[in-house]
Amino acid sequence: MESIGVLMVCPMNSYLEHELEKRFNLFRFWTVPEKSAFLATNKNSIRAVVGNSSAGADAELIEVLPKLEIVASFSVGLDKIDLAKCKEKGIRVTNTPDVLTDDVADLAIGLMLAVLRKLCESDRYVRSGKWKKGDYRLTTKFTGKKVGIIGLGRIGMAVAKRAEAFSCPISYYSRTEKPEIKYKYYPGVVELAANCDILVVACSLTEETLHIINREVIDALGPKGVLINVGRGPHVDEPELVSALVERRLGGAGLDVFEHEPEVPEELFGLDNLVLLPHVGSGTVETRQAMADLVIGNLEAHFLNKPLLTPVV
Amino acid sequence: MNNTCVLVTCPMFTYLEQELETRFNLIKLWDHSSSKAEFFNNYSSSIKAVVGNTKVGADAKLIDSLPNLEIVASYSVGLDKIDLDKCKQRGIKVTNTPDVLTDDVADLAIGLALAVLRKVCVCDQFVRSGNWISGDFGLATKFSGKSVGIVGLGRIGSAIAKRAEAFQCPISYHSRSKKPNTNYKYYSNIVDLAANCEILVVACALTEETHHIVNRKVIDALGPKGFLINIARGAHVDEPELVSALLEGRLGGAGLDVFENEPEPPEQLFALDNVVLVPHVGSDTGETSKAMADLVISNLEAHFKGKPLLTPVI
Repeated sequence: MESIGVLMVCPMNSYLEHELEKRFNLFRFWTVPEKSAFLATNKNSIRAVVGNSSAGADAELIEVLPKLEIVASFSVGLDKIDLAKCKEKGIRVTNTPDVLTDDVADLAIGLMLAVLRKLCESDRYVRSGKWKKGDYRLTTKFTGKKVGIIGLGRIGMAVAKRAEAFSCPISYYSRTEKPEIKYKYYPGVVELAANCDILVVACSLTEETLHIINREVIDALGPKGVLINVGRGPHVDEPELVSALVERRLGGAGLDVFEHEPEVPEELFGLDNLVLLPHVGSGTVETRQAMADLVIGNLEAHFLNKPLLTPVV
Repeated sequence: MNNTCVLVTCPMFTYLEQELETRFNLIKLWDHSSSKAEFFNNYSSSIKAVVGNTKVGADAKLIDSLPNLEIVASYSVGLDKIDLDKCKQRGIKVTNTPDVLTDDVADLAIGLALAVLRKVCVCDQFVRSGNWISGDFGLATKFSGKSVGIVGLGRIGSAIAKRAEAFQCPISYHSRSKKPNTNYKYYSNIVDLAANCEILVVACALTEETHHIVNRKVIDALGPKGFLINIARGAHVDEPELVSALLEGRLGGAGLDVFENEPEPPEQLFALDNVVLVPHVGSDTGETSKAMADLVISNLEAHFKGKPLLTPVI
């Protein structure tokens, strides 16, 4: 398989790179100065693309790789892959579901606790020596707060299960009601937002869910509400979110994702009712290794004509 | 009751002081710090109740100076700042604030564990300082599934266990005696508990027996991949040993809400990114502080009306 060209579109994980190099002819796209020339030269040997949440396989790239057979994403999200184009051309697509569910759900709860109990702010308070001058102020209790989840897939369910242990009543919105689920269903996001204290975005990013968190939803969540985003930056109308936070029309937010990563609106940096993370939802040693193994497993299966482990298309 | 003198030992919560003032003749100990002798001459025989907290309670000296003291109502669940023996001796009632703060403290324990393992505060700082532009953050440690060992399986310890179970953390514990109604694995020796878990949580009461219960041996057993979470009392931990273990990488990390000399935690910890340090905020939410204050008031009212105390310790 060493002659099979695999194009990795951006740096994501050294272990994955090493493992790919052992098995395939790995091209590191980000090290190539003249990308069009490179593609022209190598297009006929590239049979696989490995992407992630930052960069995947859009129509343009797919068109330029006539021998492309499979796109293996180092992510569960598929928003950076032109799935329709892949279907059209019979290109397989795999992702990394399940192995990262726990980490992302853990982070959602971690964000809720950090925002409501102002953990990062009070950690800064201690390290700056301010505690000597007086106690930190009172924060907000987490247990028992109503948690509303957008998207009750693997990650949404894992968030719900954890929040239940804190006696949080759970409600949700998704495209269709899930009759076997005991949580309260709301047929609209605004209604969900109006009826919960903490709103969590845990759905996939599609044309329908782009800016699903808009002004109306933010207003419904209100000055005591908290938004937690472990989905994708474009799920949220970011300028609206920023002004709501700056003007205190929204109580707080825990954000792992942004519209233009790695750029984060600087107006947020001075606010104390936020926790801002650099897209680390699945960023643990354990989980990234499991994700890498799954990417490798899928590619090996494909080129050995075996069933794919986690196919999407 | 407006003539009943109640001594509050230090500033703790404005709402509590206001509610005490409407019902009693409230005397604030810190208003008299410059003239202690005079204060005791004037007030000591009229003080019938003391309201203390985790910082200043009712030690033997204070109790001895108040001949007509009937009740000590603590604005805390911890009783380590109250001389319980002396109170028993004198027939002085003692109340605390159990249950109403259990959730908050348990929430904080989990919050600290998540923040330490997933480097939440370090990441937040990374973003706010603009460093994300230069490159991604490194990898942290997964929390789900990590074995959690709890020292003290009382109300708070049990609440922590219940939460951690939702993250599929296997639970084990150490306490004075095995608890009959739990499935969690019991260790009669804290060093064995530390050797067999990845996250050790201190959730027991501070007594003579549990002073420095987390010592060098326990820290070594927990090891370079282990994490310590302390939401109990600073004195549970041999702090110099903890600090050197963290500085030397012999302990993986720590989430600490309490320290031996509050409000001055060891400054050598301030530069470390594998610790989260918070200023004794275990029960410091608006909701819980009010509930605690209401419980203190209710206990005092019950006592002075000759009714049963709500949450008596003695």
